[in-house]
Order: sequence, then structure tokens, then C-alpha cells
Amino acid sequence: MNVLQTFRVALWALWANRLRSFLTALGVIIGVAAVIAVVAIGEGAKANVEESFAAMGTNLLVVMSGATTAGGVRGGFGSQPSLTWSDLGAIQSDVPGVASAAPVLRTATSLASDDQNWTTQVYGTTSDYFELRNWPLASGVSFTSSDLDGQTKVVILGRTVADQLYGPGSNPTGQSVRIANVPFEVIGVLSPKGQSTSGQDYDDGAFVPVSTFQGKLQRGLGNFLSGVIFIRASTASEVPRVQAAVSALLRDRHHLDAAADDDFSIRNLVEIANAQARGTETLTTLLSAIAAVSLAVGGIGIMNIMLVSVTERTREVGLRVALGAKPQHILGQFLVEACALACSGGALGVLLGIGVAARLAASFGWPVSINPALALLAVVFSALVGIGFGLYPALKASRLDPIQALRYE
Amino acid sequence: MIEASGALIRFERVFKSYPLGELTLPVLQGIDLAVTGGEFVAIMGASGSGKSTLMNIMGCLDRPSAGRYVLAGRDVSRLGRGELAEVRNERLGFVFQSFNLLPRTSSLENVALPLVYAGVPARERRARAAAALERVGLAQRLDHHPNQLSGGQQQRVAIARALVNRPRIILADEPTGNLDSRTSLEVMALFQELCRSGITLVLVTHEPDIAEYAARVITLRDGRVASDERRSAPLRALATEASAAS
Repeated sequence: MNVLQTFRVALWALWANRLRSFLTALGVIIGVAAVIAVVAIGEGAKANVEESFAAMGTNLLVVMSGATTAGGVRGGFGSQPSLTWSDLGAIQSDVPGVASAAPVLRTATSLASDDQNWTTQVYGTTSDYFELRNWPLASGVSFTSSDLDGQTKVVILGRTVADQLYGPGSNPTGQSVRIANVPFEVIGVLSPKGQSTSGQDYDDGAFVPVSTFQGKLQRGLGNFLSGVIFIRASTASEVPRVQAAVSALLRDRHHLDAAADDDFSIRNLVEIANAQARGTETLTTLLSAIAAVSLAVGGIGIMNIMLVSVTERTREVGLRVALGAKPQHILGQFLVEACALACSGGALGVLLGIGVAARLAASFGWPVSINPALALLAVVFSALVGIGFGLYPALKASRLDPIQALRYE
Repeated sequence: MIEASGALIRFERVFKSYPLGELTLPVLQGIDLAVTGGEFVAIMGASGSGKSTLMNIMGCLDRPSAGRYVLAGRDVSRLGRGELAEVRNERLGFVFQSFNLLPRTSSLENVALPLVYAGVPARERRARAAAALERVGLAQRLDHHPNQLSGGQQQRVAIARALVNRPRIILADEPTGNLDSRTSLEVMALFQELCRSGITLVLVTHEPDIAEYAARVITLRDGRVASDERRSAPLRALATEASAAS
């Protein structure tokens, strides 16, 4: 009696009790599907986070006025302007490892084309900003130095704003748009960038030269920079050093003594990205553990049914033994049966898990990422569950006394 | 292979007792018995006389507590479960009162079952199983499942299964117990035919008229042989019309 025959006998027995076999395998199916889906969704979420942070720009630091590390009654960032235009200049010229730095000032205002209007964020910045955010223009040109110095009334629109004012997919370059009732010329449209990690639409914004912003849209605060400074470090490994250097520079320039809190704060977007990724990983691990527990419960279900099956087929076992089956034949038959049950459950579970993951990923707008090694591991693991939980019933069957078994009613 | 005595089955002072709480229940109390090849033996006795236990030991399903059981020249009284399984598979055929066919399984597969454990390749299994079914007159019922067959036909499938390994001995435990008198006759005729072809038959029954088909009747009482009658010919002999009767 070879292995192939053992398999045939076992599969035949499972097929003879189709419904029961399926219900028994259901525990494993759900367990494996849960593992596959949870991990796939976790991987998808991670990829999504990484994608969002890549969209935000790489190796970025953001410097803000005020302190977020609350000491005493300090307000949040921006509540007390402390960054100055000369701070920006010093960062650009004095800190090694800074690839570029750009000021970003912001206000919400309404834009109007000839027949549409749209309220959005208008940013005052420099042409460095687009390079720093990895954000090329889809059409038109960026700000020139004369635009930046001369308060020229030019604007670069985000894709969403262009769609809202001029219709989807339009190219309004050269057209006129009124921002807070001041006519501006559209000189370019940015390529679409999508959403931030917090769900904010990056494309819903318009960009004007920082001098124009202060001259025409929001009066400036003299020497103070009433916004944030984006800094891009030349490499990822430079980010912490640049952060420390900028911090030291600003403390020095603001004449803070050693005991004083910072009157600015620096956000390291790389750190935030890593923290998010770690959070996702922790959640995935936790959910995987829960899924593994459900797989174990599925295994107990198999043991339960195998015990019932051994009892039900006591006479069959007795007959097989009488006709010359050795204990290991009987052991093999029931083990293979339990294993086949668990394996087919595992395989169905993988398919179900992929289906669930694909559906969920589609509804969240995430990339699906199925790990083939994990799918294989899940099937192998369910086989082990089958063997592990099938062992006791199979041993029980192989130790049946044929005389008693043949008489069993 | 057969010892000088010529006995195929030889029991020497065989005892069997079962533990019953703190006591032991003696069932067989020193059985001496020899069956030669080609005999047709009926074992009779009231219930509790030990005939089932004797049959179990003879069928290598159980081992004696004391004494020797020599089967075809080999002492099998101390073999392990795996070795006994091989002996059963190679030397013995079983016929049970309740047929014990696998449900939802064709006659052919039922008959081929002992060959599966003998390691015979699939093609040869089919051929031998088909031949065995033909021998019991069921050549037209190869693909029928047990629930599509009459009681007599089911028992003949079981006899084909007992034959398929070409055993020296067939042991039948109340083979007609679940059959009506007409099909009982068919089965007994088949047994007599098998006996004439050289197979040794040992039959357990409590029906005297069934025992009359045998050439030798051993009666047990309280775990001992009470009588052992040999006849030159069975009291009842039947024409070999098994195949015609199907």
C-alpha cells in the first residue's frame, strides 16, 4: 500500500462526506484567509504610507515658528512669529548638507475664472519649492527671479484648482484668474500629486511668488516670516545632521540661552514616515497573531471531526485490519485524511484571503500586495495543523482492537 | 511448509482468558485441534462456549493466553500486530455474518481491498478482483454498490473478497446468519465448491442444518472440545450451481 493509494482512500472518504468535510475545513479556510488578507492589507497600507511620504518629498525638514513641545503656556506653531527672512537666508547659505530651502506662506482665499469660482489655499513660495517637493509642472513655466523679486501677479495652479475653474483636464496657461479680486495670469499647472497621509488633496492649491503673496494677498510682518520653511537635505543620512545644525543655528540667531525652550520647531518628515510604517507593522503583527489563533481553532475543529469519523468508521477500521491493514496503514489513512482536509482548507483560504484583500484594497484605494511565500507558508502551516490535530484521532484508530471494532454497532 | 503431521491448523493446549475486574474469565480451556488442508469444518456450540474466541484466535485477530497455535507450519501465537496482519493478508480469508462491505464502494473495489494491503499494483488488483467475482457468479455486478445488491449477492461479494488473495483457509463466522434459507443454500453450495477446489473452510454456526454441509463438526462446550465428528461425506451435498443461481 503506497502513499498514492493512501491519498486516494483518504480523498475518497472526504468526498463521500462532502458537506461535513467542507464545514470542517471552514475553520482552516477562515483562519488562513484571515492571515493572508490581514498581511496583504497590512503590506498594502505600508506601501500606501510609503507612497504618500514619497509624494510629500524626500529628505524633508519643516521649520515652524513657535514650539510644539509645550513648555508652560506656549501656544502652538505660528502663534508667536519667530522665524525671520534672514533666518531663511542663513539656513540656505550657512548650513552644510542643505540642498535647498523655501519659505511657504499660506492663506485661504477664493479664486475666480470668467465663469467659475473656487475657494482654496493660496501659497506664497519660491520656485525652489516645486523642486524640493519633487513636484514638476505639467505645463507652463515656474516663477522667474524677476517674478520673485517684483511682486509679479502670476500663479501656478494645482490640478484640482485648474479642473474646478476651467474644467477637467483643461490647460489654462495664459488665462486670467482673479485671486481675492486681484487679476493674476496663470503661468503653469502642476502635475497631479494626490492625497497626503491625512487625506488632504495636495492638488487643491495655487502658488504665487512669495513677494506677490506679501504684497497683494496678505500683508507681511516686516522681518518676520509668517509661514514655514521647507528644507531638503542632500541625502537621507544628512537629515539628522541638518536638523541639528538648523536647530543650533536658529537658537544662536534667536539668542536663546541653554535653559530656554526652542521658539521654533523642526519636523522631520522621515521620522514621521518611519513611525507610521512601524505603527502599521505592529498592527499587522497583532492581527496576524489573532488570525493564527483562529487557525488553531480550525485545527481543533478538524480533530473533533476526525474523532467523530474514527468512531463512525470503527467497523470499517476493524474490517481493514482483519483484511491485513497494519496499524501504520490505518494511522496513515486518517493522518492523510486530516492533512488533506487542512491542506485543501488552506488552499481555499489562500484564494479567499486574496479575494478579500483585493476587495478591501480596492475600496481603500491601496495597492494589493500578496506575498507568495506567505501563501505557501500558510498552506504548509495548515498541513502541519492537520497532522498535529489529526495525530490523536489517527493513533486512536490505529490502536482499535479489530475484534471489538468488527462488532461495533 | 506443512509440518510432518500434515495439519494446516494446529492448536496445542490453547487457553484464552479475559480479565474481568479482579478476576479472569476463562474462555478457552486447553483446546487441542488439528485441521488438515482441504477439510470443511463446522464449529458449533452454545453461546458462551468459546467458539467466537476460537475463531478469533484461528483468524489471527487475537492471541492465545497460553498454548501454541501453528498455522501452516509457523507458530503465530506470539507474533506482533503487524506480523499478524501480514499472516491474515497472505493466508486467510474472512467471511462475516454481516458481510462488512464498505458502503458506497463498488463490488470490484470491495473485493480488491485485501490486495491493496498486499501491495498488488492497481491493474492486477482489478483483474484478480474481477476473476474472484466471476468465480462466485457475480461477473455482471462489478460496478454495483452494496446497497444495490441482495443479501445473498452481498455475501458472495464478501466471499470473493475472501478468495482474492488466494488464501489456504477461509474462516466464516455465521455466514448465513443474515440470509434467508434459499440464499443460505446458495452460499453453502459455493463453500462446498471452494472446498472441492482445495481450500480449507472453517465455519462457525449455531444452526445444525448448516453444519450438515460440513464434513467434520467440532462442538465446543465451556471452552473445551466436547465432540469432534468426521464424516466420509457431508450429510448434505449440493450441486455446484452457484453461477447458475445468480
